[in-house]
Amino acid sequence: MQFEMSSLMPVLPEIFILSAACVVLVVDLFLKEERRVVSYGMAQISLLLAVLVTLFTATGERQILFDGSVVRDAMSDVLKIAVYLISAGAFLYAKDYLRDRDIFKGEFYVLGLFAVLGMMVMISANSFLTIYLGLELLALSLYALVAFNRDSVQGSEAAMKYFVLGALASGMLLYGISMVYGATGSIEFGAVSQALANSGVDKRVLVFGLVFVVIGMAFKFGAVPFHMWVPDVYHGAPTAVTLFIGSTPKIAAFALAMRMLVDGLGVLHADWQGMLVILAVLSMGVGNLVAIAQANIKRMLAYSTISHVGFILLGILAGTGKGYTAAMFYSIVYAAMALGGFGIVMLLSRKGFEAERLDDYKGLNERSPWFAGMMLLLMFSMAGVPPTVGFFAKMFVLEAVVSVDMTWLALVGVFFSIIGAFYYLRIVKLMYFDKPVDETPLSAGLDTQVVLSVNGLAMLVLGLFPAGLLSICAAAVG
Amino acid sequence: MIALSDYLILGAILFSLSIAGIFLNRKNVIILLMCIELMLLAVNINFVAFSHFLGDSAGQVFVFFILTVAAAEAAIGLAILVVLFRNRRSINVDDLDALKG
Repeated sequence: MQFEMSSLMPVLPEIFILSAACVVLVVDLFLKEERRVVSYGMAQISLLLAVLVTLFTATGERQILFDGSVVRDAMSDVLKIAVYLISAGAFLYAKDYLRDRDIFKGEFYVLGLFAVLGMMVMISANSFLTIYLGLELLALSLYALVAFNRDSVQGSEAAMKYFVLGALASGMLLYGISMVYGATGSIEFGAVSQALANSGVDKRVLVFGLVFVVIGMAFKFGAVPFHMWVPDVYHGAPTAVTLFIGSTPKIAAFALAMRMLVDGLGVLHADWQGMLVILAVLSMGVGNLVAIAQANIKRMLAYSTISHVGFILLGILAGTGKGYTAAMFYSIVYAAMALGGFGIVMLLSRKGFEAERLDDYKGLNERSPWFAGMMLLLMFSMAGVPPTVGFFAKMFVLEAVVSVDMTWLALVGVFFSIIGAFYYLRIVKLMYFDKPVDETPLSAGLDTQVVLSVNGLAMLVLGLFPAGLLSICAAAVG
Repeated sequence: MIALSDYLILGAILFSLSIAGIFLNRKNVIILLMCIELMLLAVNINFVAFSHFLGDSAGQVFVFFILTVAAAEAAIGLAILVVLFRNRRSINVDDLDALKG
């Protein structure tokens, strides 16, 4: 087989991020403590340059490379750009938080960039091997990030729980993959789906494997009943890391589901649809109901993530182009909402104080009307109140579900999101109608304030003009 | 001659043992890490057996990658274990109860 340099062009974004992570790692060694901001700057610049590299190497058509290990298509480009931008936002919000707690280290950005690389590999995967490697690169970076504050008792406990359950999930996924490999004789998605289309494949082995693959995927998504790690990890990790874990990996998880279930095991749609229905209904139910009982905003947002995952799964299980588009739209919008929500949590935190309790949000309107307004938009968007983008994300998903004659499922979704609106609106009530407990003025850098404002307003602007992002998603799914 | 099903049964038994170990073990986090390794090795048996009986080498390549990733995973797991021990002076699974709700 002849190796051609030109076959490296489509994977240039991955190569670029890998080199950037290595450069940041080495340069950071030679920086003095007070010049640490250089590592931060380099990480941000490489994420922004990666957007350009992705745009310039984009061809728009589907290319399969390296003997079917990697795929580059419109969907991968859109998802990757969303990952870069949201990760850049996460790095920016994290800067002041990390500095206040003396954990402003270059390793944060190195691990962050490797996590981004892992997500890119997952997004572009076209074989079970590639998807497994991307998943592990992401997961291993995140385990280390959760334990980033070495002296935190909660952080190390959360990291251990995340590690054990994450490794268990990878094991399940691998066991499922081994069964699928045994039944079809290939690990490449194209060949797998071809083998499935031909009769003569042992269906029992295949469905047995499929169950494990779906369980592994549900663990990574954090769908009920495989959600037990989510609240503990969100709560125990430093908020800067919670922000990162809560946002972009949801986009990667969507890509994981699309690549494995649709590209690889699409023929078995009837089999995995039922499994995803159970996961989606339980996630929306448990997520929304348990979130009401939380007094800690990080745990509350963790349960809210679980309920949003239910909605993303609804779009995927519809099994139509419309459903995939809606799920993709939802996962990108959700990542942006989570970014903003945790961004506000970090805005209110300061040295020696974590704004984790719901009571810390009392009277935010009197302390800072502008950011109370931003939080209002974010909470409305998460709840799905009409002028914000969260409403359209939910509506598109429900439309897709109704169009495949599963109206009862859409009704369940609506029912639970009405219950869910309660705890989002409770935050709004605390911010606007209660007296502040804590009068300390908010201190945040201008960059954080500007990006947080853009983030909050984007919920409204995307909500008023959802067609642009939707048509990008529709074109990407194809 | 050992049949494919024998290998698969062995793999399934080892896999179930490791899952049972993760959920039943209430004593020591190191045992959890051992169970995780066992789980990955059980999967490797499956891959190698399928690879041999299918006459296809992709499964064996997969095993090499799993072994490498398992080594990296063990390194991170032990590092987290050290941090945990420094902070809590205990690696008892039952003591991991600071986060609840």
